[in-house]
Amino acid sequence: MSRGIKFAIPGLLKGMGLTLRTMLKKAPVTMYPDVKEIPVPRARGVISLDAEACTACMLCARECPDWCIYIEGHKVEKAPSKPGGRVRTENILDRFDIDYGLCMYCGICVDVCPFDALFWSPEYEYSEMKIADLLHDQERLGEWLTTVPEPPALES
Amino acid sequence: MNAWLELGITLVVILVVVLVSALVTIYVELKAGSHMQARIGPYYAGGRWGWAQPLADGAKFLQKEDLAPAKADGPVYRLAPYVVMMSAIGMFAVIPAGPDLVGVDLALGVYFVLAISALATLGVLMAGWSSANKYSLIGGLRAAAQLIAYEIPLILAVVAVVIQAETMSLNGIVEAQMATLFTLGGMDIALPFILTGQIVGFGIFVVAAVAELSRIPFDMPIAESELTMGYLTEYSGIRFTMFFLGEYASIVGFSAVAATLFLGGYGAPFLPESLANIAGPFVLLAKVAVLVFVIIWIRFTWPRLREDQLQSLAWRWLIPIALVNVGVVATFKVVF
Repeated sequence: MSRGIKFAIPGLLKGMGLTLRTMLKKAPVTMYPDVKEIPVPRARGVISLDAEACTACMLCARECPDWCIYIEGHKVEKAPSKPGGRVRTENILDRFDIDYGLCMYCGICVDVCPFDALFWSPEYEYSEMKIADLLHDQERLGEWLTTVPEPPALES
Repeated sequence: MNAWLELGITLVVILVVVLVSALVTIYVELKAGSHMQARIGPYYAGGRWGWAQPLADGAKFLQKEDLAPAKADGPVYRLAPYVVMMSAIGMFAVIPAGPDLVGVDLALGVYFVLAISALATLGVLMAGWSSANKYSLIGGLRAAAQLIAYEIPLILAVVAVVIQAETMSLNGIVEAQMATLFTLGGMDIALPFILTGQIVGFGIFVVAAVAELSRIPFDMPIAESELTMGYLTEYSGIRFTMFFLGEYASIVGFSAVAATLFLGGYGAPFLPESLANIAGPFVLLAKVAVLVFVIIWIRFTWPRLREDQLQSLAWRWLIPIALVNVGVVATFKVVF
């Protein structure tokens, strides 16, 4: 204890100086509703869906750690491209919802998508009064697509 | 003047002073603490600087349900907050804000202040014991152990002041600090006790007072990471508000006592006698404000001590130093 006190006093005084200096400085605060902070371009704000590219392959829903992606689809038979060819089946997407009440913004779905249908958007203002309203449907997820920034240029 | 009217005026003034100073202290703590943590704290309440935040918090607490646990000891449980509040208000009754501006000028003012402030411990122990909650009980007993340990250095620090001032009246102690020590170039120089040999005593008094107030770094009785909220765990609504206001009023009260005993109270250098009753309250207020700010500053800087470190600091450091301090002061008093 005696050793403790002797070593503690300079540190305690240093701490007092630090808090006093911090108090006299201007607080680095953005007054949010009045002044909006501009997030970095690749910020993980919300996930948007390009429904055209989606094949309802379910990879994102299966990789999602907290099962917040709901996908429903059905298969239709497609006429063979050449006469006598095999009949193909195609997945049609009926429902694609992301529950942002559950999402933990890990981005695994975006990484795992083999058809580039999911993108990160830096938008963050979609809080709701009811938790059920945080379930964004296919249409809402498609609206976010307009806010997705251009992808970085490919390395040559 | 009619004695009853005088008593009524004194009571109203003291109540207003206690409540306003407690609210102002809460506000300053919210605001200064926020800025120390690089935040801005309350901002919208009241239109500007969030000045109405303590009032809004108080209004919120008043609306809450006044709960008591089923197994609580009802009367004791309900009485405890008022004991704490009463002890905080009682301190203000004897602190002089001017030669005539004092609730009661007791000949044993110092004794009264120490006794009434120690009464808060009883309230805390009542709250802890009657809540029928293990956290409350441990918190209350920790508070009792802490306050017993720190009451001793606190009193010993005051004893040294009493020896130097040769009186136990708070007014007398202030007058002793305003007495002329020596004359320099035709001017009478008077110095507060902190500059005439009580600097160690002042340090001990402030440390012990912070511990008496159960403030960080000595807030083990309500250590929220260990004890939820200590003896406050079961309280809500108006009774919690009473504890809360009492705590902040006590901060102001202890600061006023420290200012009176060590910093010269309502007296200021070069202040003419005729102005003492008018300027006195403001001089005292300035000194109290500095001390209150230091207590808030400490809270937002230092971490909480461990229970054994707390006891060790009191018994192995503060009490021996305070005893030596009393001895040294008494020796000087006899020799010179």
